[in-house]
Amino acid sequence: MIHKFSQGNIYIVIDTNSGAVHMVDALTYDVLDYYPEETREKTVAILKDKYSSLEILECMDEIDSLINNNLLYSQENYLEHEAFKNRTTVVKALCLHIAHDCNIRCKYCFASQGNFQGERSLMTSDVGKKAIDFLLLNSGNRTNLEVDFFGGEPLMNFNVIKEIIDYSKEKEKAYNKNIRFTITTNGVALNNTMMEYINENMFNVVLSIDGRKEINDFMRYTVNGEGTYDLIVPKLKEMASLRNHENYYVRGTFTRYNLDFAQDVLHLADLGFKHISVEPVVATDENDYAIKEEDLPKIFQQYEYLAEEYIKRKNSDKNFNFFHFMIDLNQGPCVIKRLLGCGAGAEYLAVTPDGELYPCHQFVGDKKFSLGDIHQKTLNTSIYESFSNAHVYNKEACNNCWAKFYCSGGCHANAYNFNQNINIPYKVGCEMEKKRIECALIIQAKLLQEE
Amino acid sequence: MKHIKTLTGANLSKSAAKGGCGECQTSCQSACKTSCTVANQQCEKQ
Repeated sequence: MIHKFSQGNIYIVIDTNSGAVHMVDALTYDVLDYYPEETREKTVAILKDKYSSLEILECMDEIDSLINNNLLYSQENYLEHEAFKNRTTVVKALCLHIAHDCNIRCKYCFASQGNFQGERSLMTSDVGKKAIDFLLLNSGNRTNLEVDFFGGEPLMNFNVIKEIIDYSKEKEKAYNKNIRFTITTNGVALNNTMMEYINENMFNVVLSIDGRKEINDFMRYTVNGEGTYDLIVPKLKEMASLRNHENYYVRGTFTRYNLDFAQDVLHLADLGFKHISVEPVVATDENDYAIKEEDLPKIFQQYEYLAEEYIKRKNSDKNFNFFHFMIDLNQGPCVIKRLLGCGAGAEYLAVTPDGELYPCHQFVGDKKFSLGDIHQKTLNTSIYESFSNAHVYNKEACNNCWAKFYCSGGCHANAYNFNQNINIPYKVGCEMEKKRIECALIIQAKLLQEE
Repeated sequence: MKHIKTLTGANLSKSAAKGGCGECQTSCQSACKTSCTVANQQCEKQ
């Protein structure tokens, strides 16, 4: 399977199964519409008005060479590979819901504005420590483990976070593990003490802000309805600066109300943030802010525009990193990782304040996805297995998609929300993901061209 | 080659040989939290 696409005067061809990426000329781009399905003679006959026969034949020789070297139209059999067949699924990451409560009331909140449609509650240090024990016991041979402090708003329960970290540092030695901590916060409650503690102990920080003031404040406001932009921008800037502009992300969400989201990304870059991620909202159709299929052309145009700006700013002091444009052409994650996807419900579990386990934060509160709890140390194996098996080979739409080894099958929550089946990906999400991958590759090609 | 420049070779096939250690960061931990984009991740064994 191959996929070809172009932007401006850059023409790219991807060989899905090998992972090879080629930059080609316009001639090759046209030839691949016909050859090798059609014969050489037929291909030349079709294109001879546009290109010389000699060039067309030369091009087809080069295509043949790639095919013979398994760099184009290659086959794959990763499903049968020992590393895939013998993989052991262990729990290696937990999303701790430190608080089912929040100090603001974002309109689009997946957690129903903090409480996940239940009682507002905070995790106790006892539950937190049991969650760490659960992780250490169920992580098999993995050395690197991850714990994400989440919610609701985790800063509302900061002392428990500190107790959990102290406990983890003590216990991980006995198991020979390395636990890396991340915190996701709306930043409202951030003070100097917290910033210092976070910077000393957390591997990564995710700081929520949507972009331009009017956009951010429309969705992200306090209990009194006041916007949060003016309050959080100085704190987030301070945080990023204290971390030497490394190991953090400002993380925004775009909705139908800001389909021109490239402006929000650039706004965040202009504020001086160096690591930015702005992602589409997860919302079902009945919400006015939900993204619809008819919005796709505008969204595609925005990703293309953002990619152009990204390149323009690359070698200036206004440069920034955009999460979805990061792609390592030489390596990146191995194919085994790519086959398995995000790992929710398998390697990665969410823990509620009461200690109940769910596949991820998006499924918390939906009882039919409860995997058990950390008090009993048991897991609902049928749900665990269905998530472990929700990889690209078990999804019909993914099997036929060129992006399968980049995307890895998409978000399970999106699939379930829209299709009531974690093995049927959410189509609009797929379209946006494919566009992002194309933009990421165009950027790499352009930067290589400039070198 | 005159008409084709290979930016990256068969990195997927090669990675299968040494892959599957599971030490890399879980996707949601890094930033995405909704749009799982494994290819944006990094390998721990660079």
